[in-house]
Amino acid sequence: MPHKPPTKEELERRKTVGIHEETVTNVSANDFPMNYPGEDHSWDIEAFKRNFRVEFHQNDPFEASFSLVGCDASIANAFRRIMIADIPTLAVETVFINNNTSVIQDEVLAHRLGLIPFKGGREGLHKFLKWWRRPADESQINNSYYDFNTVLLRLDVRCEHNEDAAPGETDPTKLYKHAHVYARDIEFCPVGRQSRYFSGDDVIAPVHPDILIAKLRPGQEISLTMHMHKGVGSDHAKFSPVATASYRLMPVIQIERPILGADAEKFARCFPRGVIGLEPVTKEEASRKGSGYEGHEGELKAVVVDPMRDTVSRECLRHEEFKGKVKLGRRRDHFIFLVESTGQWESDAIFLEAVAHLKKRAQDLEKQVINMVR
Amino acid sequence: MAKAKVKKDEPTAAEPASDVVMDEAPTSHQPEAADDGMSVDANENEDDIEEEEDEEEEEEEVQRVRLLPGSTPTAASFEFLNEGHTLGNALRYIIMKNPEVEFCAYAIPHPSENKMNVRIQTFEGTTAIEALQKGLRDLQELCDVVTDKFIDARERFVAASSS
Repeated sequence: MPHKPPTKEELERRKTVGIHEETVTNVSANDFPMNYPGEDHSWDIEAFKRNFRVEFHQNDPFEASFSLVGCDASIANAFRRIMIADIPTLAVETVFINNNTSVIQDEVLAHRLGLIPFKGGREGLHKFLKWWRRPADESQINNSYYDFNTVLLRLDVRCEHNEDAAPGETDPTKLYKHAHVYARDIEFCPVGRQSRYFSGDDVIAPVHPDILIAKLRPGQEISLTMHMHKGVGSDHAKFSPVATASYRLMPVIQIERPILGADAEKFARCFPRGVIGLEPVTKEEASRKGSGYEGHEGELKAVVVDPMRDTVSRECLRHEEFKGKVKLGRRRDHFIFLVESTGQWESDAIFLEAVAHLKKRAQDLEKQVINMVR
Repeated sequence: MAKAKVKKDEPTAAEPASDVVMDEAPTSHQPEAADDGMSVDANENEDDIEEEEDEEEEEEEVQRVRLLPGSTPTAASFEFLNEGHTLGNALRYIIMKNPEVEFCAYAIPHPSENKMNVRIQTFEGTTAIEALQKGLRDLQELCDVVTDKFIDARERFVAASSS
């Protein structure tokens, strides 16, 4: 029997996840060889090149949004996971407390310091700084810190009475000097070759200078030094380069039968603003037999304007009047990514880094497999 | 070549062919002793032993992939150290895309062991190891395409939003 290639509708149906009142259907990918008789779904890099595309929606340093269209969830998810857990960043790892008479306990203070995101010269962070490794011999630990694996920071703040404060002043920030300790009080101490990579605009500094670290009262003091190391998010979330990296699937809204007049307005209110628009029924539509628009010329009908803005709340499925008139779904191979950087890297660079990381992992394992066979 | 040199003094997980009974071998945590054999082709070193103790030093050279016992040329299980769902699922997908592969799945046998297993069964004409290698190569090609398309799209977006 000669094989008929699948129709456009069939292809559309295959890659749409059905979203119903209580259930979700057609969830798993099915584009594998031998799944559909007579169709070739084997891996073909040329076909992938033809079908895969990227669309940008936003590209700011701290927030990038883009769509990957035409790839499998396993690939998109690998990129997402790598962005969160495997891209190295620099963060405070060790805190040496010389004096801490503030009300915040040493360990809580150290934890807060660890979570502050820092920025610095990209070249230095990427190329110059290497991993720090704990020496096998614990007594050698003080010989393991070098300019290429450790960044030294200092924080020395002492709170005093402000002699110039107005009498009757109640605001502690005016009454005392250094009542609040902010991230901007942290001082970077370049060592060795670090000044070559981290000076001027490239100096290592908190991304947000106004992060409140502690509050002090006169006589209290915080005096500490910190070591920053490179690390990855799988070890500790402070090393993650992203505040969040997530994706969602492109929503699909299909209006199967006409929704008109007051119903159309109600229908539009079931969705976030901008998803559903109202348009008058044209003369041509009204004259077409069986379209459902006969005799409704000039009335408002609901049309899908921008499904991407939909949250797929399913609100429209709860109303009797829309039963059988609308189908909701999600496009299984359309991933709308949202990458929010913490500031050390730019969001789009983090994604590219993730792709490069996956490639490197595959490359390393290929060598390992060859080595295994020998 | 560094890899070859290491191979001499630190034998890898590729075990010699022998007729050890496979049934008792647990799927995940393998004893470190050298007595689990396998029956896949391409084995020359008769007395290769496990080398997990050497994991700490020279992390670059550690063998992270090994064939699990009970494997035949067309049906094999591989154990990956220090890999998880990130690579496991992507690799499973790309291997399943190979028309010569009958079955491919991955598993993380226990969440507190840093191990990931991949099972590959192929039709006659290729081997599980070849399918694994092809999968890893395809994954690299895929990454190149994604990078190129991403950079193109970004350039277009920047050009469109600045004009």
